[in-house]
Amino acid sequence: MPITTAYETRIDHVSILDEDGVFDETLGQGVIPEDQLSAIMEHLVFCRQLDETAFKLQRSGRMGTYPQNTGQEMPSLAAALAIDKADWLVTCYRENTGLFWHGLPPECILLHWMGDERGNHIPAGVNATPIAIPIGTQMLHAAGLAWAEKAKKTGAIAVTFFGDGATSEGDFHEAANFAASLKLPVVFCCQNNGWAISVPSSVQSAGETFAQRGISYGMPCVRADGNDLFAMTKVMKDAVARARAGEGPTFIEAVTYRLRDHTTADDARRYRDAGELEAWEARDPLPRLQRWMEAKGLWDKSQHEKALKSGEKRVAEIISNAEGIAAPNRSEFFDHMYADLPASLKRQRDSKRTTSLGQFPEDLA
Amino acid sequence: MTTAANETEMTLVQAVTDALACEMRLDDRVIILGEDVGINGGVFRATEGLQAEFGADRVVDSPLAESGIIGSSIGLAMNGMRPVPELQFEGFMGPAYDQLCSHAARFRTRTRGRFSVPMTVRVPHGGGIHAPELHSDAPEAIYAHQPGLKVVMPATPYDAKGLLIASIRDPDPVIFFEPKRIYRAFREPVPNEAYTLPIGKARVVTEGTDLTVVAWGAMVVEAAKAAEQSDASVELIDLRTISPLDEDTILASVEKTGRCVICQEAPLTLGLASEISSLVTERCFLHLEAPVQRVAGFDTIMPYYKLEMEYLPGPDRISAAIDETLRY
Repeated sequence: MPITTAYETRIDHVSILDEDGVFDETLGQGVIPEDQLSAIMEHLVFCRQLDETAFKLQRSGRMGTYPQNTGQEMPSLAAALAIDKADWLVTCYRENTGLFWHGLPPECILLHWMGDERGNHIPAGVNATPIAIPIGTQMLHAAGLAWAEKAKKTGAIAVTFFGDGATSEGDFHEAANFAASLKLPVVFCCQNNGWAISVPSSVQSAGETFAQRGISYGMPCVRADGNDLFAMTKVMKDAVARARAGEGPTFIEAVTYRLRDHTTADDARRYRDAGELEAWEARDPLPRLQRWMEAKGLWDKSQHEKALKSGEKRVAEIISNAEGIAAPNRSEFFDHMYADLPASLKRQRDSKRTTSLGQFPEDLA
Repeated sequence: MTTAANETEMTLVQAVTDALACEMRLDDRVIILGEDVGINGGVFRATEGLQAEFGADRVVDSPLAESGIIGSSIGLAMNGMRPVPELQFEGFMGPAYDQLCSHAARFRTRTRGRFSVPMTVRVPHGGGIHAPELHSDAPEAIYAHQPGLKVVMPATPYDAKGLLIASIRDPDPVIFFEPKRIYRAFREPVPNEAYTLPIGKARVVTEGTDLTVVAWGAMVVEAAKAAEQSDASVELIDLRTISPLDEDTILASVEKTGRCVICQEAPLTLGLASEISSLVTERCFLHLEAPVQRVAGFDTIMPYYKLEMEYLPGPDRISAAIDETLRY
């Protein structure tokens, strides 16, 4: 037998609440406690409102470039539901729902996109990193954060998020390899939303799934319906348990879709088929959960009305807080350069000049 | 300004697109690769319409990987093609640094001339457009410091077209920085046909006798505003090429004026202004009437956009430097 099978695998695809509203009772049993669901729904309504309002803020010149999260609310929220306060969320920029559930004040995200570093000052006790702007760099930080938790024997873990495009970057592969070979307590979650700006996911990988990216690094891989909160929460909980038990990382591919443009600087109509968008609008994760909860008697129209009203009020408050913050000090960008600011930098800050004659006016005399 | 029949009024970004189209029509070895350069025409629309004209084999949406884009461009260039890769923002050059500096810059010398890397890496450069983090940096000195790379940065539509075509035809790797703040700031007539401008040759924007101002990229526009405000006769030089530096034009000017102010967006320390200051001090010492002055970004991380105008040198800081240098 000169040729034998060296390795065989299979990738599971997990779905619990499918797009037709069918709920798999066996898999879905106890994944999310029923008494938690109305709080989750209120959170989702609020996050969607904030996201749509942020778009309008950009359009009216009150905010810089903003990447909408609409349609991709479930994967990061599932992570936040599956982890503890001491665990880390290491994200890019379509994970608002999870970050807010994990304790990040929404004002932080607005301030970030309003061009204000103070939005990155994450409150003590919230274990999250600032949203990563360059693509695919944050997964290595998650590996390191998780490594430190392992070294300190805390039992805490890290969950990191990135897009399908990010798996093309070398850093992703290095992070996966470090985490798997060092058995670090990390969960890798790839939000495969089909598009890296205008480039379809088929350009990022010729493979059938993104989940299989993890196989070569020796970590368990699973694919789930990213628009199904139950499926996402189940695979997250399994992966978190594995990480916490010292069994190393897991790779999750969340199959989802960006229902809006890449950012407010983008126009997806230039490259996306209207029919494709329409098909995914029908799979919008929020109405899917809402319909199911209503059918189960866990949510009703009046609760929804109430959630919309209170969400609207909260969004207005958050915008008012973010816009109402005092303008940053003109030299604020010097303040956090080093623990001890070198003398040359103090001189630049105080003189507001870089020229020698500007910094040493006595030379002019 | 009148536009002749064989010219078209263009912005800087349109001149970039036009240069690419002209050269692709003339030379089928030229191919474009990068993120979103195809149907989307690039995030700044610099490759708008090119995939429609030249096809998806010559205008290629690559996987999202800057190191991959530059590394594979090196191979393309070594093997008879003329790749013009695009990196979306200068802040994303980090992953490609190794391929640019450890490989593209070295192939000619380490193979004793057997291989060269005739690629032109197009990169939008600089701040001032209210962009997110890592979309507003000015890293030109890093690449000018790397022997083996040429670094070009036009400040006008006319120069952008001529220098981009010259870069594509150049036998060595060129980093072509495009000042995104002035991508659409103004239009000027640009010849319709392909033409080149010499790499390594600065442009005297306005002649003067009292003081020399040296700038490049978007800072040329800021320096021109400051020069206009000044009562003195200011000679403004637009470097156009950062590496190799046009030493002769700078030195001839300072020998005439005896005073020199250099403007850069990048942080002060170890920036290109420092190199020019050394050059002038070493070669024009006896002509100098005042210490050479560097108007630069501060030695901090480029702040988010609420404070970017506090960071970037503007006409006020440049005018102050001009006045102080004249008063010295």
